[in-house]
Amino acid sequence: MTDAAHDRRDDGSEHPIRPDEDLRPRADDVGQPPPPGFWRRAADSDVFYSFVRSPTAMVAAAVTILSMLACFAAPLIAPFDPFDPAQISLWDGKLPPAWAEGGRAEYLLGTDNQGRDMLSTILYGGRLSIIVGLAAVFLGMALGVMLGVISGYLGGAVDALIMRVADVQLTIPGLLLAILINGIARTMLPPESRDELAIYVVIVAIGLTDWPQFARVVRGATLVESQKEYVLAARVIGLPSWLIMLRHVLPNVLRPVLVLATIGLALAIIAEATLSFLGQGIPPTTPSLGTLIRVGNEYLFSGLWWITFFPAIALVVLVFAVNLLGDWMRDALNPKLR
Amino acid sequence: MLGFIARRLMQSLIVMAVVSAVSFSLFNFVGDPVNNMVGQDATRERREQIREALGLNDSILTQYGRFVGNMVQGDFGLSYRIKRPVDELILERLPATLELVFVSAILAMGFGIAAGVYTGIRRDSWLSRALLSGSLVGVSLPTFIIGIGLIYVFAVNLRWLPSSGRGGTVDLGWWSTSLLTADGWSSIILPAITLSLFQATMILRLVRAEMLEVMRTDFIKFARARGLGERTINFGHALKNTLVPVVTIIGLNIGNLIAFSVITETVFQWPGTGLMFIQAVDFVDVPIMAAYLVFVALLFVTINLLVDILYVAIDPRIRIGTA
Repeated sequence: MTDAAHDRRDDGSEHPIRPDEDLRPRADDVGQPPPPGFWRRAADSDVFYSFVRSPTAMVAAAVTILSMLACFAAPLIAPFDPFDPAQISLWDGKLPPAWAEGGRAEYLLGTDNQGRDMLSTILYGGRLSIIVGLAAVFLGMALGVMLGVISGYLGGAVDALIMRVADVQLTIPGLLLAILINGIARTMLPPESRDELAIYVVIVAIGLTDWPQFARVVRGATLVESQKEYVLAARVIGLPSWLIMLRHVLPNVLRPVLVLATIGLALAIIAEATLSFLGQGIPPTTPSLGTLIRVGNEYLFSGLWWITFFPAIALVVLVFAVNLLGDWMRDALNPKLR
Repeated sequence: MLGFIARRLMQSLIVMAVVSAVSFSLFNFVGDPVNNMVGQDATRERREQIREALGLNDSILTQYGRFVGNMVQGDFGLSYRIKRPVDELILERLPATLELVFVSAILAMGFGIAAGVYTGIRRDSWLSRALLSGSLVGVSLPTFIIGIGLIYVFAVNLRWLPSSGRGGTVDLGWWSTSLLTADGWSSIILPAITLSLFQATMILRLVRAEMLEVMRTDFIKFARARGLGERTINFGHALKNTLVPVVTIIGLNIGNLIAFSVITETVFQWPGTGLMFIQAVDFVDVPIMAAYLVFVALLFVTINLLVDILYVAIDPRIRIGTA
């Protein structure tokens, strides 16, 4: 992520060299050393330097990457398959963690009310939470960046319309809007396919709520970029607007988007968990972390704390790591603070 | 100044028009209103009669006009599920939400400003570092997890405080308050802390950043040079000058408190408007959903407008820019 960001910045704003331009040594600069390769340049960059110098950032990145890897490898590393009825036995239900009294070694974090191994359900649930979060952020980002570039580049009535819509949407808090979109979309679906499509509905609901931030930031950056010579040059040689926006403006306005997307990922994961916790999101048949917490919450009063505690810890650690990473990235990529 | 207010007022009206159009379209997209009122065995004539009586045969624009007309008078029709006027239901549950938001706002401001000033002045003390790291954790903790944690510790394990409900209420005519009874206070503590924690961390970070900024300015240096005491400088000069942005953010966050009360009220089964909204979404009770949407938008628009006007009134530097 950081490498890509660095690459973009180098190609970017100060001088109009673009990534696809031929950077190999030409005949007239024989004798000069060849330009350093991608990895060399990445390792020399100040973003990388700031990353190595910040233990917090490295730990946060390690935790984020490890938990994502663990969740995506859930089918390979989870001790049980929580969705395979043959591996679940109600007799093993409500077992405490292995170290507590009455716990069994094969269920490290205990089992839930249906006898599913907690560790396995958390890995599978985490995978779903991360997938929904990534997809929602990607949707919001794609929509926001597209509208932002169009808004900033074309200006005029289009710009006014898009930005007013963004303003109106920002009046209502995102989470509330997500609950509303989600609720309306669910009622418009036929009841029998509601559970199947729930994941997509949640992705769309969260994605639709966070586009205005992307649009605002990208519009600002586009306004700056479109005044620069390389855009004027592209216009002079008669390229169509959509091509200029896509090939010339877009790659140069993506830098701030990276920070927004990282923080947005943490927010999207929280939003999904909240929707699921409120019973509006992912159904219990394929639980996400939020659904697991909701189900476990019903057993909290009978003292079965582990059914809700471990998914909650997993969620908080994941969100915290992503947040720390976003925090560091904002400082590292902000030229004012250097 | 007047032109500025007029322009902002115009914007607010546009926002409300869009939101009311959205909530109007809820009625048409989500289910058939006639089916929601009559049983399955109603005759075709009866259905047609109701359709005519409800004005569903008029043009969309006429219907929208009528909807806005009723809305302005606070009339959102009958709830599909409870069969009572929606405005009555909202007014009944509003005191619970507003009291919760009020207590949380006080908590968040008290803690946030105090901790923010402290961390801004004593930058390197261990308590400041602990508060700052704590605030980052606070931002990453989803509201419902804070609620569950508090319930588990203080209601399930220690049994000090109730885990749900509002406790006893006292009826003051049109307002029923739980702030006058002892069990009302013990019921509001946990939900209020839950709701305030996120806002408190935001206020803390904001006040700290503003304090650090103000401490570097020349007038603070000048105050030091005049030999004023630490106390006067910190509170009389520095804090006073951080308050404009802080007041703005707190004002804007009151709206967020009401939005996030949806989650807190669900966790604690607090009988307010947020819980009502979630239940309405569960049962596709469109009139309540539509009314809540308009209600929240109105609240946000009003707060935004007031904050903007206050902002200009408090800080003369902005007035020069807009005049």
